[in-house]
Amino acid sequence: MMTAVLIAILLATLAAAAAAMSLRNLIHSVLLLIGSWLGVAAFYLMAGAEFVAFAQLLVYVGAVSMVVLFAVLLTRRSRTDIAVSPDSVSRAWSAVFAAGAVLAVLVYGVLHSALPHSPPPRPSVTVGQLGALLTGPHSAALLVIGVVLTVAMLGGVVIASTDRPSAKEDEK
Amino acid sequence: MSGGTLQLCLLFSSALFCVGLAGALSRSNSILVLLGIELMLNAANLNFIAFWRFSPQPAPATGAIFVIFSIAVAAAEAAVGLALVISIYRQQKNIRLQEATRLKG
Repeated sequence: MMTAVLIAILLATLAAAAAAMSLRNLIHSVLLLIGSWLGVAAFYLMAGAEFVAFAQLLVYVGAVSMVVLFAVLLTRRSRTDIAVSPDSVSRAWSAVFAAGAVLAVLVYGVLHSALPHSPPPRPSVTVGQLGALLTGPHSAALLVIGVVLTVAMLGGVVIASTDRPSAKEDEK
Repeated sequence: MSGGTLQLCLLFSSALFCVGLAGALSRSNSILVLLGIELMLNAANLNFIAFWRFSPQPAPATGAIFVIFSIAVAAAEAAVGLALVISIYRQQKNIRLQEATRLKG
């Protein structure tokens, strides 16, 4: 029963991702990807990583999707310009070929490696334990990731807000 | 969940990674390329959680903590990437990757 639900979630996630990567309409792509991220969050929930599932919901389904939608809306030229111009067919086929080759290697590796066959008891990690780990043994990493996020956000603001009128004159 | 579930999860995350790879390689819209990269990152996170759940653990919650940090880095990457996309659009009125050939503003 659990495995059937798991397979259904995984297949829905994969189908949403594949459809998002092949559609013409950018908005549809982003909405399908939000569905795919939701499927990944459901998988985390089933695997017993509740905190990670909610982090995935907050960061991907909540924040990244909104940032991507804003980027789509800010970079279109007219009200109807959300369709992506068609890419070259040879490029698409070579990309599919490359990805298929990588997939074949990965599948071969997974099928021919000795994986543990009797799963250990379901690990239970409470949010309190995670907090103690993050502020105890992993506190240096937490500080570093805080600095990385701050610098990235400041850099994003600077990159997106700087407007150089001289650049436009150069082009003319 | 039975013993073959780890294999199932690994196969699925490989497939998700390759969907992201195909998307990132084949599309020329830079927003879609960024989304393909996000999909690949998600597949990697899925592997962390699958190994954490289905393998004997040397330390508790290692996989979950790794994924939390990975999600934070992915969020930073998405923010900077989309800021770059908006900046390129300002300069060139276009977000096709083939036309973004100049580094000078």
